[in-house]
Amino acid sequence: MPNDRNREPRALRMSRRRMLKGAAAVLGALALPGKDASAAVWEAFLRRNFREMTARDKARVVARLEKEYEAQFGKRVKVAVTPPIEGVLYGYGLDLHRCIGCRRCVYGCVKENNPSRNPQIHWIRVLQMKKEHGVDLEEAAHYYNPSKVPEKEFFYMPVQCQQCERPPCVKVCPVQATWKERDGITVVDYNWCIGCRYCMAACPYGARHFNWKKPGLPAAELVTETHYLGNRPRPVGVVDKCTFCIQRVRNVPGRYPACVEACPVGARKFGNLLDPESEIRYIIANKRVFILKEDLNTQPKFYYFYAT
Amino acid sequence: MRPGRILAAAVAALCLAGGVAAAAQPGAQFPVPAPPFTPGIFPCSDCHKEMKPNATRRELKDEHTDIVLNHAQGQRWCLDCHDTNDRDRLHLVSGRKIRFEESYLLCGQCHGDKFRDWRVGVHGKRTGMWNGEKQYMLCVHCHNPHDPSYKPIPPEPPPVRPDDIRK
Ligand code: SF4
Ligand code: SF4
Repeated sequence: MPNDRNREPRALRMSRRRMLKGAAAVLGALALPGKDASAAVWEAFLRRNFREMTARDKARVVARLEKEYEAQFGKRVKVAVTPPIEGVLYGYGLDLHRCIGCRRCVYGCVKENNPSRNPQIHWIRVLQMKKEHGVDLEEAAHYYNPSKVPEKEFFYMPVQCQQCERPPCVKVCPVQATWKERDGITVVDYNWCIGCRYCMAACPYGARHFNWKKPGLPAAELVTETHYLGNRPRPVGVVDKCTFCIQRVRNVPGRYPACVEACPVGARKFGNLLDPESEIRYIIANKRVFILKEDLNTQPKFYYFYAT
Repeated sequence: MRPGRILAAAVAALCLAGGVAAAAQPGAQFPVPAPPFTPGIFPCSDCHKEMKPNATRRELKDEHTDIVLNHAQGQRWCLDCHDTNDRDRLHLVSGRKIRFEESYLLCGQCHGDKFRDWRVGVHGKRTGMWNGEKQYMLCVHCHNPHDPSYKPIPPEPPPVRPDDIRK
């Protein structure tokens, strides 16, 4: 595929790790972990990019993170590094005729993905639009709050990461802390992200969110089954985004994303684009389908459709 | 084709035929949860077994007065779907009796397009495993069969405005 899915590891090889090792020798303790810093701090600082890690590296990093999380939340957290399933490319469908704008998906996502509650981060945003105007992002309302939905004159369009096949967010990241996985999920390594927010500027869908403060996540609400590239607790100063619930969907069998299960009207569909029998393929073959901002050639794998 | 291949193809064809047979067996293919009965109302025969069926079209005055038909009203009434002689069953136009768990067959008689989409998991909601076992819902879990349009619900709260976060 003609894209920058993998800028070759050569670019990565002159990695932050090596640069910093050199820099550490030259600069001593300046802005680097202090002399009395523990081995864990050094290890965190000198680790490789996730994509270059061996299984042993990953196990070490996971063990360190799990220990940190346990200390922070007083709960045992599992951090999985489950790889993509061969022969799977995820696709998502959203039926605009069905969606009633109730935002159950928004909070279903919050419950599953450990985002900051305060300050608030929502990975899904539901837009309210006038039926007579059609899909018009300029006119869309985000903060609608009637007593009941749907309202007669409006339709609703939830937007989240579109898992672009050509993701501009990946292209602009100066440190390659974000990339597209083989199964099509665009992921962020929260421990590699430097918080420059270029990707947020590049994403045409407003799908990326910045942790301006240390995420406010009560231990009682913490979901302990996590994935390294997904819903594990985030540090301050990094970007996060929807991953199609990577911690659920990469298992065999794997659960549907949380938003699919939260939607009361069944507007949300999910499956394998490479499986001709999947519901998402049925939708693409049989329904009126469109992708958002098609003209940008980001090639989303998030398909809006009209079932009737 | 090598003999092994032919055999494999034959086996596959047999399996396919078996699959079709299984699909023809109603209920076997779509494991659904219990229908959303009003508590205590089923089995209907608890009350109806003492009564003589009255097949005259009429407005019910004594029982079931809470049911207002808002679903092609005027064109049909109770016993078009509920079976006259077996109140614990529904029946299709063909006369075939079905269990309430198979009510999608009844709905599908008129709403063939929705039924087709429901069978492949596009109309309606499915939960469970995207690459494994799924749970289905019956039409009547979302649509009251006597008044089927989806009823508005209160939305969850809107997101916090960025202005309010900064404060
Ligand atoms: S929607 Fe935005 S964050 Fe998601 S892959 Fe596309 S550009 Fe990246
Ligand atoms: S939960 Fe379903 S109906 Fe409600 S806003 Fe989300 S997609 Fe729309």
